[in-house]
Amino acid sequence: MTQGKVITKKLNIYYGSNHALKDVDISIRRNVVTALIGPSGCGKSTFLKTINRMNDLVDNVRIEGKVYLDGADIYGRGMDVTRLRKRVGMVFQQPNPFPMSIYDNIAYGPRIHERKSKAQLDEIVERSLRQAAIWEEVREGLYQSALRLSGGQKQRLCIARALAVEPEVLLMDEPTSALDPVSTLKVEELLCHLKKSYTIVVVTHNMQQAARVSDDTAFFLAGEVVEYDTTARLFSHPTDKRTRAYISGKFG
Amino acid sequence: MYLTDNAVKDRNSRMRRVRAVEKTAEMIVSLCAFTAVAAVVSITLYMIANGIPAIQQVGCKDILFSAVWKPTAQEPSFGILYIILTSIAGTFLAILISVPLGLLTAIFLSEVASKRLAAMVRPAVELLAGIPSVIYGVLGMMVLNPVMYRLEQRIFAGSRTHQFTGGANLLTAVLVLAVMILPTVINISEAAIQAVPPELKASSLALGASPVQTIFRVTLPAARSGILTAVVLGVGRAIGEAMAISLVSGNSVNLPLPFGSVRFLTTAIVSEMGYAEGLHRQVLFTIGLVLFGFIMVTNLILNGILRGERKA
Ligand SMILES: Nc1ncnc2c1ncn2[C@@H]1O[C@H](COP(=O)(O)OP(=O)(O)O)[C@@H](O)[C@H]1O
Ligand SMILES: [Mg+2]
Repeated sequence: MTQGKVITKKLNIYYGSNHALKDVDISIRRNVVTALIGPSGCGKSTFLKTINRMNDLVDNVRIEGKVYLDGADIYGRGMDVTRLRKRVGMVFQQPNPFPMSIYDNIAYGPRIHERKSKAQLDEIVERSLRQAAIWEEVREGLYQSALRLSGGQKQRLCIARALAVEPEVLLMDEPTSALDPVSTLKVEELLCHLKKSYTIVVVTHNMQQAARVSDDTAFFLAGEVVEYDTTARLFSHPTDKRTRAYISGKFG
Repeated sequence: MYLTDNAVKDRNSRMRRVRAVEKTAEMIVSLCAFTAVAAVVSITLYMIANGIPAIQQVGCKDILFSAVWKPTAQEPSFGILYIILTSIAGTFLAILISVPLGLLTAIFLSEVASKRLAAMVRPAVELLAGIPSVIYGVLGMMVLNPVMYRLEQRIFAGSRTHQFTGGANLLTAVLVLAVMILPTVINISEAAIQAVPPELKASSLALGASPVQTIFRVTLPAARSGILTAVVLGVGRAIGEAMAISLVSGNSVNLPLPFGSVRFLTTAIVSEMGYAEGLHRQVLFTIGLVLFGFIMVTNLILNGILRGERKA
């Protein structure tokens, strides 16, 4: 195993006096799906938002320790936040397409990062929508408002939108918690496909989902990483008794 | 449980009382609503009834499309074309200044300024909204008119065709109007920008867009119907304003040129209603009707926007 795609060293995060992450040391493998599990408020979203520096937007946040992407310190000098966010895409819990056409939603990122010809954009839009397994459903109505789509379609559109800028890492914060079971299944299938080309970190509340889609799992509790291992091992032979209690549904 | 006769009676009378209160409240509320509707309907009917006779007598074309306004001449002429054009041009120019300025201020307040700074600027905007229009007029007269006069002397030095106005011109009126509608534009568009879900902005930033790109490509488009509402309300306010501009616009009927003395629909009524008689007076009512028509149209547009909003 070579060096991890994303590595944190003694990462500590405070919101004011609230110590939200405590000495998190993690090395996320490339081209696998890593699931983050744990009860609400334990710092999963905080951890995720640290990797693409969305935490910078929060007032009163203090970040200590290091986060490396391919060995480069993302909080270091000379790290361009917009470049970083292009490399580390994010999908939110609530599907939130922009109030514009499906096409413009997907083309939004590429247009921002580079001047592109119409033909190039067409290609990117189709590729991204195919990758997100929604092309067949929307190919006839690319210029219709994205707000007309169903919840599950919207979420896959948002995934396509994130993929359109060709990120290396894809962060997903409970991407299926607002979706119906059928859409959830579609998104899960998607993850298994996408990990061939992307490093994926997904927060989930759903233990079965973590077991189904992820290769590695990290169990967070009260801001600490209690256990971090391959999903198979973590679910079959948890070493910490808190992990055992959580995955057997004793709390959470 | 077994209820005695008395208890049953008691309960029934209580329910009857409750029902009576309900009915009365309903009636009072309906009556109030009816008052508002009745007012609108009767005003509309009154405007039409009083505005139409002059049109019948003088002719639609000779009022609306004639440029000669000589209501008190031996052979009077009642053309209000220049007056209409002045109102349109003045409103349009005021909007042209006020909307960009107001929108950028709204962006500053909601997206750029620190909470503390915004909390200092916002009351200033509110104060601007609370200043009576006559004060705007007086200020325009004291401050802007002299400046305009100096400009006029500079620009038209030696011109034989230009009629000097002493600085009371369309441009001053436009500037005064622009400042007057600024608070409306700022407040309404700031509310619209604030209403854009934070997740939408976050999504844009997470795609690597800069804050400025996010504002112009996501936030403003997402707030567009609210911003359009701000524009339409600004138009409504500008077109109906009389007091302030009557003090600064010179008040003679001319084609709306920047340095020309002009008369608006509103200021025509204000300045002539006091002495007008007969047909002249009736034509002033027609002017009122035209103004009323403009307001109706802006309101219809506003309703259209809001309806479109709900559908999307
Ligand atoms: N923007 C914020 N401002 C202040 N506190 C926050 C913010 N976001 C999260 N927190 C706090 O940080 C802790 C971890 O939250 P979060 O990362 O959202 O947990 P999770 O995603 O696991 O539910 C919680 O105590 C939460 O209240
Ligand atoms: Mg969360």
